[in-house]
Amino acid sequence: MLLIHCPYCEATLPELEFTYAGEAHIARPADPSTMSDEQWRDFLFIRTNARGPHFERWRHAHGCGRFFNAVRDTVSDKFLLTYKAGEPKPESLPE
Amino acid sequence: MSAFRIPGKGRVCHDKPVRFTFDGKQYQGLEADTLASALLANGVHLVGRSFKYHRPRGIVSAGSEEPNALVGVSRGGGREEPNTRATLQEVYEGLTAISQNRWPCLHFDAGATADVLHRFLPAGFYYKTFMWPKRFWDRLYEPLIRRAAGLGVPPSEPDADHYASRYAHCDVLVVGAGPAGTAAALTAGRSGAQVILADEQAEIGGALLADDKVQIEDQTAADWLSAAQAELAALPNVRLLARTTAIGYYHQNMVGLAQRITDHLASPPADAPRERMWRVRAAQVVLAQGAIERPLVFHGNDRPGVMLAGAAQIYLNRYGVKPGKTVVVVTSHDSAWHTAFDLADAGTPIAAIIDTRPAIDPALTEAAAPRGIEALLSHTVTATSGRLRLRSIHVNAVTDGKVGGARLILCDTLLMSGGWTPSLHLFSHTQGKLAWDEASQSFLPDLKTEACHIAGGGRGLWGIENALQDGAKVGAEAAMAAGFNATAPALTTQNDRSGAGIIIAELPTDRGPQSTRSFVDLQNDVTSKDIRLAVHEGMHSIEHVKRYTTSGMATDQGKLANMNGLAIAAAAIGKPPPQVGLTTFRPPYTPTTFGTFAGYHQDDTFDITRKTPIDPWAADNGAVFEPVSLWRRAWYFPKPGEDMHAAVARECRATRNAVGIFDASTLGKIEVVGPDAVEFLNRLYTNPWTKLAPGRCRYGLLLGEDGYILDDGVIGRLSEDRFHVTTTTGGAARVLNMMEDYLQTEWPDLRVWLTSVTEQWATIALNGPNARKLLEPLVEGQDLSDEAFPHMSLADCTVAGFPARLFRVSFTGEMGFEVNVPARHGLALWQRLLGEGEAHDICPYGTETMHVLRAEKGFIVVGQDTDGTVTPGDANLGWAIGKRKPDFVGKRSLARPDLVDPNRKQLVGLLTDDPKVVLEEGAQLVDDPNRPIPMQMIGHVTSSYWSEALGRSIALALVEGGRMRMGETLYLPMASITHTAKVSRTVFYDPDGQRLSM
Repeated sequence: MLLIHCPYCEATLPELEFTYAGEAHIARPADPSTMSDEQWRDFLFIRTNARGPHFERWRHAHGCGRFFNAVRDTVSDKFLLTYKAGEPKPESLPE
Repeated sequence: MSAFRIPGKGRVCHDKPVRFTFDGKQYQGLEADTLASALLANGVHLVGRSFKYHRPRGIVSAGSEEPNALVGVSRGGGREEPNTRATLQEVYEGLTAISQNRWPCLHFDAGATADVLHRFLPAGFYYKTFMWPKRFWDRLYEPLIRRAAGLGVPPSEPDADHYASRYAHCDVLVVGAGPAGTAAALTAGRSGAQVILADEQAEIGGALLADDKVQIEDQTAADWLSAAQAELAALPNVRLLARTTAIGYYHQNMVGLAQRITDHLASPPADAPRERMWRVRAAQVVLAQGAIERPLVFHGNDRPGVMLAGAAQIYLNRYGVKPGKTVVVVTSHDSAWHTAFDLADAGTPIAAIIDTRPAIDPALTEAAAPRGIEALLSHTVTATSGRLRLRSIHVNAVTDGKVGGARLILCDTLLMSGGWTPSLHLFSHTQGKLAWDEASQSFLPDLKTEACHIAGGGRGLWGIENALQDGAKVGAEAAMAAGFNATAPALTTQNDRSGAGIIIAELPTDRGPQSTRSFVDLQNDVTSKDIRLAVHEGMHSIEHVKRYTTSGMATDQGKLANMNGLAIAAAAIGKPPPQVGLTTFRPPYTPTTFGTFAGYHQDDTFDITRKTPIDPWAADNGAVFEPVSLWRRAWYFPKPGEDMHAAVARECRATRNAVGIFDASTLGKIEVVGPDAVEFLNRLYTNPWTKLAPGRCRYGLLLGEDGYILDDGVIGRLSEDRFHVTTTTGGAARVLNMMEDYLQTEWPDLRVWLTSVTEQWATIALNGPNARKLLEPLVEGQDLSDEAFPHMSLADCTVAGFPARLFRVSFTGEMGFEVNVPARHGLALWQRLLGEGEAHDICPYGTETMHVLRAEKGFIVVGQDTDGTVTPGDANLGWAIGKRKPDFVGKRSLARPDLVDPNRKQLVGLLTDDPKVVLEEGAQLVDDPNRPIPMQMIGHVTSSYWSEALGRSIALALVEGGRMRMGETLYLPMASITHTAKVSRTVFYDPDGQRLSM
């Protein structure tokens, strides 16, 4: 069972307290009505499916209830980093 | 005392005899015996029949790697277990064990005809033989195979035991308590670190329990071990867990430990759990699992009496048991020589030691000579004989790779050793990388992914001194990595009989390849011939060889078989073993009971059952319940003599004609509060909310961004900045999660707060023409007239003296009210309303009646009439969309080309031509029953009921282009009959809605 660091609680806690919430940094378009069908399809369905570091959202569902962002290596299943929702995508990742 | 037990020898209690039975025959063992050692002490080697060929099999090992000695153990009364390893099961007074996979008895097994027919049962035979004719599979082949194959019989009664589970944290977890693990735990324990030491045996000590020659720090191994055990037990920061198997190594140093608590007790305390699962999170893990001895692969190597040499050493020195009357040793490793010497010194004649190697340490042959043991170097074993027990073997010299003539040696026991395989199962669970070590011809741990350390035999070290010193060093490293100051003690030894050996895939033989039956995987009956056949037939990956032959796929996960199988496959493929690779070990390390995994999640605590405040009344009044997500809800309330149909019909009549009372407390309720609450709901729900006045409510529809219906419910506005949102029973958590998601991440600027209030309110629905007459006299603070309180109103008031949030809404088409009171008053209000309602012919109804009444009105149930691909338009809910709103969740998708297609499946009503026929929900619809099969399906029935109000059946269905098919006849082909039905509107009853104010 993974340990996940909640950036709001500032505590590292068991995976059981958290739920996965899909890929991160996919913002809802400000005005969806201006989107073409293709753009809207991409927003709805097209995901990175990364092999390696993956930017994704988690929720501390059985804790503070906050959504936050994480970088997880999909090969090793290890968390590299977590950070608060709304913070920019980190430019460099820890080794 | 039996002829095979040496008085006074070993760690068993010679003054504490224990009686047990095996296959109905009574035997005597000693306290601290395993079932295997006790049977061997009685001269019993034959303990089971093999999986595929039903060949007689004996005890091979002395540990959890045992492939053959699997027995059924029973205490009666729902306490029985198949496939218990006799090498781990301790004997107790009254233990009852039976052999498996034999009929009618172990000595004569009818299934052994499979052995005669072995030529017709090669590797992958079930892929080849049972393909045709297809219809024979279900009726003949599968039942036959199921009866003939498999080990043990599942218990027929529910498990009467209970199980426990526990979390633990420590600085250093040491897995395995042999010399390396014991030294590691001592070193780490002395540093003050919190240490857990786990070992699957009944006593900690590992190899030290079975070596009476080695001296450690000038003490005997037994004395040193006693002192170590005492010191570990006295250290308050060390927890010793014997009879505890580390079954899996999971992420971030979480290790699962399965502890056996009562299986060794003659009369377990009633309150003791049988087993306990520990989930240990360790800062540092020391893996000291040691090494597992490899069998040798030769013709007839599976006969009872053929045993691993290391196991014989354990039986001799730990249990005081001699494995037989006349023993021969065949080996490619020095360790088996020392077993032979120990046996000879204990008075067992050793007929010969056969070593495949041409040259060995001369000290070994010099030690053999004075004991009168014939040493045969560069020799091989080519055959064995004896039906139920080994009688003789064929021994041949090997000269320049050529096998000479056979010589017969009489013996009842053959001890074999093909060297030792480092046990890396747990390390493999971490996805740690292995590296091939050419010198030892084995895989050793290489790149680590976790904070773990491997000590002793597990990383290829051999000998007690090496293991002790490495364990101490690694224990110190682990403690220091966890932040403690530790120093490794020196731990020197004398008489440490270390040694070396070579790995040999298969013994040389003079037999033709077609006539050898050399077993590689004893538990799954896989021979070397099977593996070569698999390679010949094109399986060139070890993963394919494994699945085709089933080698390594038995419950022992190939602990004995895998390395031999790999060597044979690699030779057949013509590649070195590291290029062929190893199959992946997976948790659990050893077979683990379901009970241990389930822990407390059993019977009443198997899962959560949510109950409403009114549930006790329903239970007392004969309700039949149904599960709805985690809730249990009253389904219907049968009176004596009523079946479900009669009860539901009566409940429906009463509600339409008088008044029905319904427990709606499970509805999800979310309070949405804040200055931006109305803007939040505008963005989230399809409907417009700005103009909804306080004191009024409205049906709300929630979509996903993909445009499909996700949830619905009535939303009431309590004040400018406060809304009471209801959701479906099953959707409450999902909707709150979605609201939180948008609020936290997309619109964090909105000043809105969300609170789940589902369990704060008990909700009682009153529906029917008498609803207002019943309620009116009980309400204070609100006029219930149509003018003051029309349909779709809400108000704070009191009902029967209880503070209430009162809604006028209807999910039945009748005049309806939903009274929310604080949950603690729910039951009292329910009883009060029932009492007052007697004068108005009140009738409690359950969820089935609720479903019928709503279907008569064409109201959808999300998740029943929708399935995640239904748009508002499909469900005739286009009216619920705020057309002038610039945006809401899912709006853009409603313009997707595929969602505006007029031929989409749309929700329509169905009226069967025969009004008595109630269609099956899920039944498929076609427009022409005479089309060839497979027919094109155009839709399916989503809801179907007997409508008591209409005196006929009704149904809702999703049908392609359904709204353009009004009046059209559609067909529902069932197994024996084809029903016909006409497409109709979805509102079957009171289409003008006049009854809402009756």
